[in-house]
Order: sequence, then C-alpha cells, then structure tokens
Amino acid sequence: MSAAAPYHLRLADTFLKVGRVAMFLVRTGSQCLPALRRPRLLIAQIYNAGARSLIIVMLCGLFVGMVLALQGYDLLQRFGSESALGVAAALGLVKELGPVITALLFAGRAGTSLASEIGLMRATDQLSAMEMMAVDPVRHVVVPRFLGGIIAVPLLTAIFDAIGIFGAQMIGVGLLGVESGSFWSQMQSAVTTADIREGLVKSLCFGAACSLMAVYEGFHAEPTAEGVGLATTRTVVSSAILTLLLDYMLTAAFLGS
Amino acid sequence: MTESTTPAAVAVDPIVDVRGVSYGVGGRMIFSGLDLQAQRGEITAVMGPSGTGKTTLLRLLMGAIAPASGRVAVFGEDISALDRRGLYALRRRVGMLFQNGALLTDLSVFENVAFPLREHTRLPEPLLRRLVLMKLQAVGLRGAAELNTAALSGGMARRVALARAIVMDPELLIYDEPFVGLDPISLGVILRLIQSLNATLGITSIVVTHDVDEISRVAHRSFLLAGGKVVATGSPAQLRATAAPVVNQFMNGLPDGPVPFHVPASDYREQLLGADW
Repeated sequence: MSAAAPYHLRLADTFLKVGRVAMFLVRTGSQCLPALRRPRLLIAQIYNAGARSLIIVMLCGLFVGMVLALQGYDLLQRFGSESALGVAAALGLVKELGPVITALLFAGRAGTSLASEIGLMRATDQLSAMEMMAVDPVRHVVVPRFLGGIIAVPLLTAIFDAIGIFGAQMIGVGLLGVESGSFWSQMQSAVTTADIREGLVKSLCFGAACSLMAVYEGFHAEPTAEGVGLATTRTVVSSAILTLLLDYMLTAAFLGS
Repeated sequence: MTESTTPAAVAVDPIVDVRGVSYGVGGRMIFSGLDLQAQRGEITAVMGPSGTGKTTLLRLLMGAIAPASGRVAVFGEDISALDRRGLYALRRRVGMLFQNGALLTDLSVFENVAFPLREHTRLPEPLLRRLVLMKLQAVGLRGAAELNTAALSGGMARRVALARAIVMDPELLIYDEPFVGLDPISLGVILRLIQSLNATLGITSIVVTHDVDEISRVAHRSFLLAGGKVVATGSPAQLRATAAPVVNQFMNGLPDGPVPFHVPASDYREQLLGADW
C-alpha cells in the first residue's frame, strides 16, 4: 500500500499483515517437529546464521563494552562509585544491550541474507518446484532457517556479552585505573542467575522475532529483483521495530514480576 | 469457435480432463469454457500465442490455482476437491519440467535429482545412488553428477531438471516451454528425450509451447489456445491445414491477423504531433 493511502487503510493493512504473520508462524510451528527429523538442514542453518555472524558480533561486542566502560566510568565517578563499573557494564550488557544489539546485528547480517535467499528461491521457481514435487517448502526451507535463528541468537548474545565485558574490563581496569579485584568481585556478587535468565529469554524471543520476519518476508517476496530488495528492506525495518517493542514488553514484565 | 479437425479428439482414456473451465485474474478472464483432454501414453501439445494462459493452464492442472468454474480432473480426480495431502499424493505421480529448470541452487546436480527420492522414499543410499545415476545417464549427464548447478549451461540445466522430473517414475510429465532459449543442439536433445521417454517408459506427456515446428515433430495431438478457449485440435498436420484465420496465423507465424501486431492505442498521428507532446 502506498504512503499516500488514507491513514485508516494503512492501519487496517498493518493489522492484516500482523494476522498474516501470525498465521505463517502457526504454519511454521506446525512443521517444526517433522523438520527436526532432518537435523542436517538445521545444523547447516545454525552455521549460516550463527557462525557467519560471529565476527561482526564479536567486534561490535568489544566496542560496545569499551564505550560502556567510558560512559559508565564518567557517570559513576561523579558519585565516587567507580568500583561498581564492572557491575554496571555486566548488567547493562547481560540484561539489555547484549540481547538487543545482537538481535539488531543478526537482523542486518543474517536476516537480510535469509530473506533475499528465500526471495530469490521464489523468483527462480525453486519454491514452486518443491510444491510440484509434493515437498512442503515451509518444512524444507522455512523451518530450518527459523529454528536456526532461534538457536543462533542466544549463542551469539552470550558471546557478545562475554566480549563486551572483556572490552569494559580492558578500558575500565587497563585504561581508567579501576581496581581489577573490585571490578570482578562486585560483578560476581551483583549479577544473579535471574539477570542471566532475563537476558536469555530476551535473546530467544528476539531470535524468534527476527528469524520469523526474515523468513516471512522472503517467502512472500514478489518474484522480481525489486521485490526481493523490498523484502530485504522490510526484514530489517520490521525486525528492528519488533525487537525494540518486545524489549520494552519483556523488560516491563520482568520488572513487574 | 472451436475448429475440431479430428473426431478422434473425443476422450477415450484421458489422464487429464479439463471441462468448461473458466478462470480470471483481476477482472480479466484468461479462460472461459476451456475444454481439453490428454490421452494416456500420448504426447499432447498445448500451443498458443504468448499471453493466452498456457502456464496458467499448467498451474490449474497441478492444483496451484483453482478454476472459477468447471472441472479439472487428473487421473480421474477432481483437483479442486483435493485437500493438501491429496494434492501432494497426486503430485507424486506427476513430473514437471519448469521453463527455467528451477533447480535447487544450493544442491549439486546429483543431489537435485536425488531430492524427490530423499523426500518421499527411504531407499538405502546405494540403491538411491544407482537410480539417480541411471536417470542422469538417460539425459546424458552422468558425467556432470558432481557439478554445481551454477556450472551448467541452460540446456544442461533443463536436462538435469528433466532427470529430476522422471526420477520418481511419474505417469504424467508436464513440460512448460521446454525449448525456450535453447541452442539447436540442446533443443534437439530435449526433443529426442521427450519422444524417447514417452516411447520407452510409456509416460503421458503434456508439452506447453509456442514452438510449432519443434513440437510438431513429436506430438500426437495438439490443442491451440486463443481467446481463453481451445480454437483448434488435432494432429499438427491437421492444424496446419486448417483454414481458420487465427490457426493459420499462429501455425504459419504471420505477424498480423486475428492476434494483432499492435496493442490497441490512440491515433498514432495525433499522439506524435498532438499538443500534449
């Protein structure tokens, strides 16, 4: 629908799309068990979505941790609490920045790749060929990529967190002079299992959301070069919005509980 | 007007039976009252100018779309009445060759041909390997088994797709524009394969094409589509002898006639010299 369409029609179109995505999720979910009988496909997709995103996730995790240390130190020293830098960095990364930034990186690196790959399969009749061979393309193409994303994002998040904490320690302890013992010991005593669980739940949800949007947009792409390009763009936009929306809802839910 | 040039066109044992089918998209009718039958063991050619709905007809036959009215029966089963499971069961008995081959680009030649067997059977690997190599041998590409699909020429890709289409030993084989974009050698190879598969394996074939000369050499019966229905049926020789203008135009490749060369437009002189321009 064009941007010039009346507001209420665009709103109705958005709700329709939400419904279509939900129905696609149900269709995908119903094929998850049969697809798990072919672990080879799933492992290949975890490699494609996860291992190939490793470098960018590690680099970004390092820089985010370093920036967090600089900003955190600047804030904490105003209250004479520089020794709490380790706690601040760890909690910020584990509960918030790790899951969110990893999901956004995943959407930009692996999500676009998934959407364009499936979109090109649509444009070159590969999905139709599967249908004609009595092979459900949702089971064979969509589900392994969807599950691969759900598994890969929490693993990438854990790596992002670890590298981020290393970056914060490098700047905080190595450059700004925070005492190493208090950096690590305060972190160890303040970060609880519940914090890690919160981060894990978030990363699982974000992984599911980003993977779903990527496979949905790719599967429903117009079978043209422009259509595949638009599907890729929509994947990034909708994944980012969905990730941040879910982040707010999950944070509110965890704080409420 | 249907120029029925052969009384034998009446179905005796039709594997595909299309009766009174109407189908339209976006308010434009593609078919209105289409009747067509493909007999068991024959090569049936479906011809017609571009845009007459030949590929749409294949989508109707495979149950990818449903007719607005009328009946499409394959192996005696009404396609529209089948649920997803029934449709998939029927499709296992049908092979389809896509216009561009539609090979799975992440798989090798061997794995492309093996794909339907891996999905639908639990054959032991040695037997599966032999079957795939036999099908590749039939299309002359056993030596290319380990190649990546990106390394194939257009003609080779079409032959791999043909090997994949016959690997489940289908009763019905559907070809969508199999000659498009092929050099004369590849075209001859595909033509010979269509004929030999039909003769040796007894496969019923439906070939959708607008290449009159090529298909005339192998087809037992031809249907010519125009204006949303069959305008002539019969053997290629009978179609050539038909006097109907639309049949004559198509069979002899005349640039203008009932199918106009020009898309309807406003007055040429006025558009070139008018004030708006």
